[in-house]
Amino acid sequence: MNFRLQLPNTAKPGEMITVRLLIQHPMEPGFRRDDQGRAIPKNVIHRLRCRYAGKLLLEAELDSGVAANPLLQFPLRAETSGEVVLDWEDESGARGEARAMLRVQP
Amino acid sequence: MTRQWPIALAWALSGASVAAPPAAFTPEALRNGSSFAPAQVRQMQADEFANPGMLWVERGQVLWNQPAANGKSCAGCHQDAAASMRGVAARYPALAPDGKQLLNLEGRINRCRQMRQLEMPWAVESPELLAMAALLSWHARGQPKRLVPGPELEARIAAGRKLYFRRQGQMNLACTHCHDQLWGRRLGTETISQGHPTGFPAYRLEWQTLGSLARRLRACYSGIRAEMPAYGAPELLDLESYLAWRAQGLALEAPGVRR
Repeated sequence: MNFRLQLPNTAKPGEMITVRLLIQHPMEPGFRRDDQGRAIPKNVIHRLRCRYAGKLLLEAELDSGVAANPLLQFPLRAETSGEVVLDWEDESGARGEARAMLRVQP
Repeated sequence: MTRQWPIALAWALSGASVAAPPAAFTPEALRNGSSFAPAQVRQMQADEFANPGMLWVERGQVLWNQPAANGKSCAGCHQDAAASMRGVAARYPALAPDGKQLLNLEGRINRCRQMRQLEMPWAVESPELLAMAALLSWHARGQPKRLVPGPELEARIAAGRKLYFRRQGQMNLACTHCHDQLWGRRLGTETISQGHPTGFPAYRLEWQTLGSLARRLRACYSGIRAEMPAYGAPELLDLESYLAWRAQGLALEAPGVRR
């Protein structure tokens, strides 16, 4: 699964940084039909997690109201140096993972 | 009348630029498609991280380095796309190296794929073809549209111009009625653009994906309730050529984001 992850390499302790994740995914809502009239089965990224320095930071449930190729963005308070790991899963069982190191220094 | 002949003849023989019908716009009046889009859409296009078209650009870079069955990759001959392909997309549609056939960017990519990599051409609107077109257009971002003059191109431009001014479909409209006479005005919730192709391939929110200029032109045919030409039809290349000529001097902004 094609994706782009953006966050700064370094941050000061306590600093709020922005994590942005762009995932290439059709986010098929399940309401559409193909050109033969057959229903296209629903397939959206329904679960997304973010772990930071080994701890679970957030867990999100997404549903059919999200556009294709979603851009997901959230703030993160930099506390200790560690890896930011995002992983997600769609309803067909396909998974994706993005990781980046965040160094925290005064 | 007779006194104007020598001037016209000198102009025709000079061959300095692509000789064609009189310019549709003065250079100052040219406006890219994004300038008619709402602020959020413009912002989405300008954001080099969040522009969804960049997903295709990145995929294009992967394909660029990927060898075909005969061991040849794009990078094998053309090295670094950022250097070798800089500005190249700005001069399409252009003649194939054999000097006979006029090709658009997608056609040129597929030609290279068949002749050098000995592979089947990528299907129209396939993720691979769009990704490669997006990569090459990205490396021409900011470069002004500038065609390479030649009789084949001029014939195409003339044919495209005819189409552009021809009324068609149940609405009995020609391209010119909206994109020359009414640009900047509203059509429902949309602002009518000048109809320049410089943002394509573009990510269209309506499509929820990246699409080629041919797809966008077909959407316009559907909008005026005219019969859509098939992908690869000569009319589409005629129109593409005329639109490219008409947009000369305008900076490329692909991958564009459009509503």
